[in-house]
Amino acid sequence: MIINKSDIAAFLDSFRDEYRVFAPAVADGVSGYRILTAGSELTWQGLNTQRPPKEVLFPQSERLYSYEIGANGVQISAHYDDRKKVVFGIRPCDARSFHYLDYVFLGQEYQDVYYRKRRENTLLIGMACLEPAKTCFCTSLGGGPFATDGLDLLWVDLGDRYLVQVLTPQGKALVASKPFFSPASEADYRAAAAAEARARAQMLPALDLSRVKPWLDAGFNAPFWERVSEKCIGCAVCTYLCPTCHCFDLSDEAATDRFLAGVRIRTWDTCAFPLFTLHASGHNPRPTGKERFRQRVMHKFCYFVQNWGEAACVGCGRCVVNCPVNLDIREVLAQIAVQDAGAGMGQ
Amino acid sequence: MKNPYLPMPMRIERIGVETSDGNIKTFTLSFIRDEDRQAFRFIPGQFAEVGVFGKGEAPFGIASSPLETERVAFTVNKVPGGVVTTALHAARVGDIVGMRGPLGNGFPVRAMEGHDVVIIGGGFAFTILRSLVAYLIHPSNRECYGRIQVVYGAREPGLLLYKDELAAWQKRQDLELTLTVDRCTAADEWTGCVGVVPRIVEEIKPEAAKAFAVICGPPVMIRFTLPVLEKLGFAPERVLLSLEMRMKCGIGMCGRCNIGHKYVCKDGPVFTLAELSELPAEY
Repeated sequence: MIINKSDIAAFLDSFRDEYRVFAPAVADGVSGYRILTAGSELTWQGLNTQRPPKEVLFPQSERLYSYEIGANGVQISAHYDDRKKVVFGIRPCDARSFHYLDYVFLGQEYQDVYYRKRRENTLLIGMACLEPAKTCFCTSLGGGPFATDGLDLLWVDLGDRYLVQVLTPQGKALVASKPFFSPASEADYRAAAAAEARARAQMLPALDLSRVKPWLDAGFNAPFWERVSEKCIGCAVCTYLCPTCHCFDLSDEAATDRFLAGVRIRTWDTCAFPLFTLHASGHNPRPTGKERFRQRVMHKFCYFVQNWGEAACVGCGRCVVNCPVNLDIREVLAQIAVQDAGAGMGQ
Repeated sequence: MKNPYLPMPMRIERIGVETSDGNIKTFTLSFIRDEDRQAFRFIPGQFAEVGVFGKGEAPFGIASSPLETERVAFTVNKVPGGVVTTALHAARVGDIVGMRGPLGNGFPVRAMEGHDVVIIGGGFAFTILRSLVAYLIHPSNRECYGRIQVVYGAREPGLLLYKDELAAWQKRQDLELTLTVDRCTAADEWTGCVGVVPRIVEEIKPEAAKAFAVICGPPVMIRFTLPVLEKLGFAPERVLLSLEMRMKCGIGMCGRCNIGHKYVCKDGPVFTLAELSELPAEY
């Protein structure tokens, strides 16, 4: 299908009564997926936002429940968000990240009800990447600038219009319910195919990650970690901005000084911080930057693969772009790929 | 859909001071909601997140017997600077706390049937071993297991937990209990062994052929006991350990308690020595 660019603001406005629309925008100097109050606010021209869209489903900070202790015991009320949402303009790499979050929050014995309610009520309208950045490496991880995984619709910018690829029944229903779409022509499809070929040609060659997991399996004690982690300052920006990083903290905030009412809060947390694993006894299984850096790499490219069959990385490049010391995960992976097999054997 | 983050409200029914230094107390909690009481079933070795509203939660092994379904007990060491343990120690009978659980895998009590069981505990970690012993010696279970030997040590006599229960166990014919302390004074009137746990295990020489060994205690005790068990011929598949880690969610999502690709909260806290030897030594 085709939608004209002149109709985009009206298209976004048409959701307003029923859905909250999240789209890339800058607020307080930081780009991320923000709630649009009017379609005309959509001015984003860039590729990936600084903040990943995971916060639509998994906010950086959220109240899980409130409690109130009274004469009749304790009242506990959960705070669920089951409002309908549309994420507009999400990039294919970010859309794939939800698939990894699904493993963690929905794929185990217990279900994360908070995540699930948001996930089930969220439509994803993707935007194909015509000009991938130098820091993009989605093709190394099974993605691509026009990848459709996880999306309901994929839009391709054809200049004055978008070609709309319908990918799910929900996407189909959405297109059918709006008056802005018309059938695409043969020429539109040809233009989109050419755009995809150009985008793919612009990607840097994919990394060969086939040797990474086998080396990591045996490389826990390799001297390599000492070297490679040396310049990491432990700021954690790589994990906070990672669309697949899911670690969190739980804490209580009391609303009164006698703790009779308050809330349980969930906030993003990170393996890059020493407090993350510090025991009450003072013992810390990951006492230095070396262990913490190793954990990040191991979790994404070894443990996650072992548990779920895929690496927890979509190649969005946020950790590459935002690292203050230019510690590039692609270089780390490339170095791992050329390590001697068995270099880190033994306990 | 069940929300695993919502705690069950529990009432503190009893608080017992366990140790002479007053730093370890046992909290016996009763269910406020009938449906929670009916649904809560656990196996020894499982844990729960116990929370003080407004302060937070921390994971504690369940110290009571799984066959006691009316109440759940936790033995809590007050840690210097520990927000939750300090708040719990300040709590009073009648106060309401939150509990999420049972969590984790627990001891493989089914697989252990038909075997001898050697239980080795040190210090404050004895809490889940008490639950295990209570389960094993319960009249409905006792005949499923062979010889049961328990070695339990503490730094000094005043730091042993569950003294009344230990005295009752000592009178039993179907349980061989050896108590030991690292040191004692004449004033303690101590009649048990003196010596560290690994040495006592070496002296007792438990029969390995048909036995499971279960070890819980401080890292130094575990480190020196494992070689003793190996020398006695215990297969790594039949040596069980329970690990501690900093935890938050308890359900494998918050990401902090992993050892390699395993999460202590959901894949553990009980692991066999064989399983642990496959994992990185990051604990």
